[in-house]
Amino acid sequence: MLKKQLQQILVASKKQGWVMEPEAKRLLSRAGMNVPRFQWTTRVEEALRFSAETGYPVVAKIVSSEIVHKSDVGGVVSGIKDDEGLKSAFSRLSRLPGFSGVLVEEMLEGVELILGGKMDHQFGPVILLGIGGTGVEIYKDTALRMAPLQESDVASMVGSLKAHRLLEGYRGSKPVDLEDLTRMMLAFSDLMMGLEGLVESIDLNPVLCSPERCVVADARIMLWQEEG
Amino acid sequence: MDFEKLFAPKSMAIFGVSLNNDRHPANVIYNKNHLRYPARVYAVNPRGGVLQRERVFERISDIPEKVDLAVIAVRAEQVPGVVSACIDSGVATGVVISGGFAESGGKDLQDQVVSVAKEADFPFIGPNCLGVYSPSYVDTFFIPMERMVLPDSGKVAMVSQSGGVLVDQMIKFSGEGMGMSLAVSIGNKALIKELDLLHYLSQDPKTKVIAFYVEGFGKNEGREFVLSASQCPKPVVVLKAGKSPEGSKAVSSHTSSLAGDYETFSAILAQHGVVEAKNEFELVSFCESLSCYNNAIEGRVGIITGSGGHGALAVDVCSGHQLPVPLLSERIQAEIREELSQSLKGIVSVANPIDLTGSAVDDDFVAAVSSLSRVPEVDIIMVLLLPYLPGISSDLGARLSGIYKREGKPLVAYVPHVEKYRMLIEGFELNGIPVSQSIEGAVHMAMAMKRCQPC
Repeated sequence: MLKKQLQQILVASKKQGWVMEPEAKRLLSRAGMNVPRFQWTTRVEEALRFSAETGYPVVAKIVSSEIVHKSDVGGVVSGIKDDEGLKSAFSRLSRLPGFSGVLVEEMLEGVELILGGKMDHQFGPVILLGIGGTGVEIYKDTALRMAPLQESDVASMVGSLKAHRLLEGYRGSKPVDLEDLTRMMLAFSDLMMGLEGLVESIDLNPVLCSPERCVVADARIMLWQEEG
Repeated sequence: MDFEKLFAPKSMAIFGVSLNNDRHPANVIYNKNHLRYPARVYAVNPRGGVLQRERVFERISDIPEKVDLAVIAVRAEQVPGVVSACIDSGVATGVVISGGFAESGGKDLQDQVVSVAKEADFPFIGPNCLGVYSPSYVDTFFIPMERMVLPDSGKVAMVSQSGGVLVDQMIKFSGEGMGMSLAVSIGNKALIKELDLLHYLSQDPKTKVIAFYVEGFGKNEGREFVLSASQCPKPVVVLKAGKSPEGSKAVSSHTSSLAGDYETFSAILAQHGVVEAKNEFELVSFCESLSCYNNAIEGRVGIITGSGGHGALAVDVCSGHQLPVPLLSERIQAEIREELSQSLKGIVSVANPIDLTGSAVDDDFVAAVSSLSRVPEVDIIMVLLLPYLPGISSDLGARLSGIYKREGKPLVAYVPHVEKYRMLIEGFELNGIPVSQSIEGAVHMAMAMKRCQPC
């Protein structure tokens, strides 16, 4: 069923070669992963109504088939505290190229992780866990395993990160919900195992992990390109 | 696949021998097998004639018996015809030495040979390879005998995508006194691949350790390889070439950029308990150690030395490789001290490293190794032996090996490798204790045992 949905999205997204964030999140949610409550809309009134229901602060992000790396072009506005802030963010985002609406989401906190998947030529589906956020390629603190993951793989991946103490409770902070992280990673591993030939790589970055739960705050799915 | 006829043929046909150039690869292969190995060897050349007073056969079908192994060293474009003729004459297996296939734009020609061979169930090694060295059975390397350094028959098998790397490792194995059960250069690995040989070697009673030099796997081939290796009851060691990232390929996702080909390869080997050697020296130490011991350890090292400096250097190397050198308890220290010569008791340091000083004699090393063998906080003993100390005799290697046989605690040794210390070294090695010629190498031996398990 999942595969069928993805195939539909694939056809729709084929031109740009990747899946836009709201659609990616729908898919991940179906696959058993937590995503933030969100509203995808082109109308500012709808964004305001969603924020009133959810409560501020919220995050607003550009949805555009022309923008893969949103923060590079100022396409992510976080920490919006009120209606005024939301309106001004909305009007700024609507001027970015390829505008297909704004994604408004509840604002979450937690340790920023990256959960990634790639189809490796030699090994097939491979899962990556690392310290996430915009600095992922600076820290390069990652662990890799071949899918499907076992529960013991998740524990050894977490343990092998240089920054693992950030997750296990560091200087008075509570440990993050490692059980929920394990659940998410096993669900993600299952998803990747079913996507050979469809997907090239997936970045879930950041995944926000708090003592209560782990949530995919941003997702990018790059589709499989025919070889040659 | 019937590897028996490939690795222990009773009859061989060599295609491509020259009647006037004795340095032709086919002639070299013909000569060495004809003179030094038990198989009956037949030379084949369409022109026929006589080579070294022996008949050269014009066709494979003229040979008066069924041939187990065809060694093919003719020009690439002639290979499909030769393979077909071999199949028609019931030849069991082949080694295709010839180059000029996928490695240099001849992918179609290679595919043609593979499809003919597959259809007829004719397994072959190569093309573009040196083929097989199977001690006391067959040697298809086109290197004249006097130029080769051949390891004795032993426990390590090595499969290599590069013939040159394989020959070089054979020299290194030989220099460390290690024997081999089999060496196979698989070249373009068109038909027989790493996986096929892994399956064969995991069942081969002569082989205790299986080593691979890998440049790359085909699509999903790496997955099958690690899954099989993780089920293999013998240690599998891999040396991978191509560690630097390939150019500046445009990568649009963080995951693709962070999970480069080599990082992925290395992490997945560790995940499946395959021991990755980072370079050729590690490969030698790992194979030597794992051919003696194939039980996984936690890696807590107890060091015994006759020189404080050697102990300190060994601790540095251990800590660089995350191998703990635990401090021994006061009680254990007292017990160890108690067993030593009276004159040493006041001057030794027994905290770990155990420095027996330059005044130690054989009996002190025997006592220290025996005591440490019973200390549960240590799971491998490293003896740094300086044969020039006046109290050390050539018998010590064999005596310390006896302690391992009795107590079962793994032991590795460092002894400088020069001719005059050979009897000491052989006292260890012939009794199944690995000896390195460097402190670093001895630490690698311990590391191999730690790595040889899923992380």
